[in-house]
Amino acid sequence: MSDVIVDRPTVSDSAPLPPAGLHRPRLPRWAPAVVAALAVAAGVGIGLGAGLSSRAQWGLIAAILFVAVMYAAAARVEGLRQAKDRLATSLVWVCFLLAVVPLVSLLWETIARGIKVLDGAFLSHSMAGVLTIQPGGGVYHAIIGTLEQVGIATAIAAPIGLLTAIYLVEYGRGRLAKVVTFFVDVMTGIPSIVAGLFILSLWIIMLDFSYSGFAGSMALAILMMPVVVRSTEEMLKLVPNELREASLALGVPKWRTILKVVLPTAIGGITTGLMLAIARIAGESAPIVLLVFGSQVINNDPFEGAQSSLPYYIYEQWANGNDASYDRAWAAALVLIAFVMILNLVARAIARWKAPKTGR
Amino acid sequence: MDISPTSATSPPPRPTRAATRAGDRIFLALSRGSGVLLLVIMAAIAVFLTVRAANAISEDEGNFLTTFAWDPNSAHPTFGIAVLAFGTVVSSVIAMAIAVPIAVGIALFVSHYAPRRLASPLAFVIDLLAAVPSIVYGLWGALFLVPHLSGVYSWLDDYFGWTGVFSYSGGPSRSIFTISILLAIMILPIVTSVSREVFLQAPKTQEEAALALGATRWEVIRMSVLPFGRSGVISASMLGLGRALGETMAVATVLSPGFVINASLLEPGGGTFAQNIASSFKESGELGKDALIASGLVLFALTLLVNGAARMIISRRKEYTA
Repeated sequence: MSDVIVDRPTVSDSAPLPPAGLHRPRLPRWAPAVVAALAVAAGVGIGLGAGLSSRAQWGLIAAILFVAVMYAAAARVEGLRQAKDRLATSLVWVCFLLAVVPLVSLLWETIARGIKVLDGAFLSHSMAGVLTIQPGGGVYHAIIGTLEQVGIATAIAAPIGLLTAIYLVEYGRGRLAKVVTFFVDVMTGIPSIVAGLFILSLWIIMLDFSYSGFAGSMALAILMMPVVVRSTEEMLKLVPNELREASLALGVPKWRTILKVVLPTAIGGITTGLMLAIARIAGESAPIVLLVFGSQVINNDPFEGAQSSLPYYIYEQWANGNDASYDRAWAAALVLIAFVMILNLVARAIARWKAPKTGR
Repeated sequence: MDISPTSATSPPPRPTRAATRAGDRIFLALSRGSGVLLLVIMAAIAVFLTVRAANAISEDEGNFLTTFAWDPNSAHPTFGIAVLAFGTVVSSVIAMAIAVPIAVGIALFVSHYAPRRLASPLAFVIDLLAAVPSIVYGLWGALFLVPHLSGVYSWLDDYFGWTGVFSYSGGPSRSIFTISILLAIMILPIVTSVSREVFLQAPKTQEEAALALGATRWEVIRMSVLPFGRSGVISASMLGLGRALGETMAVATVLSPGFVINASLLEPGGGTFAQNIASSFKESGELGKDALIASGLVLFALTLLVNGAARMIISRRKEYTA
């Protein structure tokens, strides 16, 4: 997470090609573009001719053709070393395109299929009294559940995460800080289902509470804490030490220095980290399956009785296994992605707008 | 990440009377308390899971490690993690084998190949992959990827079916290999972003020296960037492996589970720890839940091991380069 907040070191311009004037024949600059166009055309042609139904296969044929033709051409004209360089360049481009394909496909499918039933009624109604095989119904109860569970989880995890980060950066020295740092790292890797099982064994099996939104919130909080600690820590480390020293030199107690000088300086980055953490837990469904149990009706009380949540709603509708439910699942997925993406974009906007004020 | 005394921003030690002020004492206690609370939570997770797991394993009439069944709710509870362990490890390792080369390619693309102005928007696009919730991947995998893969699988069966690993009889492809592909897509962003950071740190002087000697861009990368980034890529892939091991909902929606180990990766069946917990939770009785917790404990230990190793490599490398 942190890598998106911290400024990247500026890359000096990517390696320039060696000068072309040393009597070494080179392929013209437009060669890759032309070969790519030809390869795509050939891929489509072969795909249509051989009756391959899957577009993925067309793309694969085109990609292989492109790489092979570029290698052959470069090896003929420019020599083997340049050909290897071309090969590496083509492969790196292919890798990037390979990663973009699923992202575009996923977003496209979700938008195209989700938009069908997404309207005001879908957002403002629950599933109460709606049979799974009939169209209609909505996600209102799931939105309420998600907002409440994520809100409570944030209320638990944010203060603990912030204070831990302050401890690590401002006070932390010696064994305890090292151990905490290590376990925060380890905690980042806890699978969400394990956090759910922990709350299940503590809260529901041992303390004998029943399923509720709050139980889910506690599991979400466990997942959120290390993320908050990590991002806040990075931001606090960017606060220039001169600010702290100036404040302490004026006789301000250390705790007021932290509250009035250090935190306000880093607040933009801290907010960004917090929002990214919220975006991450908003999409978690595994602990909800174990702890919140799911519900078809509106339940505004997170402390009592089963609730639903957007990710759980998607799972439930998918499990119903009929077209009306699939439509609802896609629409809910669209709502969830929109929610998460908006959080992400706003967080990044804040990060850019309130870039950490480092010393120069 | 590490708090070293040499770090430019950590305040100098000040054992003065400021520490005795009430406000300071309270604040220190609060912040240290939260740090300790995190440790307590970690310990509590281990303890509570172990207690429930011990209860379940003592009631198990099969062998917890080798039984090929999951039937903890009957009068003679019999369950074992053999199938789950196999499915979890195999799917995650295949996912890593698919994702790591592509992720290294993307990381190189962003750090060394992409036009400079495009580099950071492109990195952002890859980060967006990480923001998509796993249940949405599951939905996409089940309703879009599965139908589209059967063509590819028939082709694999035609040419590689003789190995047994890739034999495919044409049903819905809700198999271990499909979830491997899905997991590979899901762990791409983390492997990419960690590798990218490492590649960007490769010493510029070495790269420029190689270029000055007439090396092509690929030779620069092979001789100076990749050797420098090797340990970073290893730890990045282990972080990715940790993610893949614990992924729940995407697997639970796509896989069609069964308590058998299929020789063919393309046929439905098998299962993973996390998927089994999510899928069979609602039908579980008291002992059933304990049995699921026992399998969760194994998963917890597995991810702890993988993540701990990854962190260890990162921090050793940090000391080495510092």
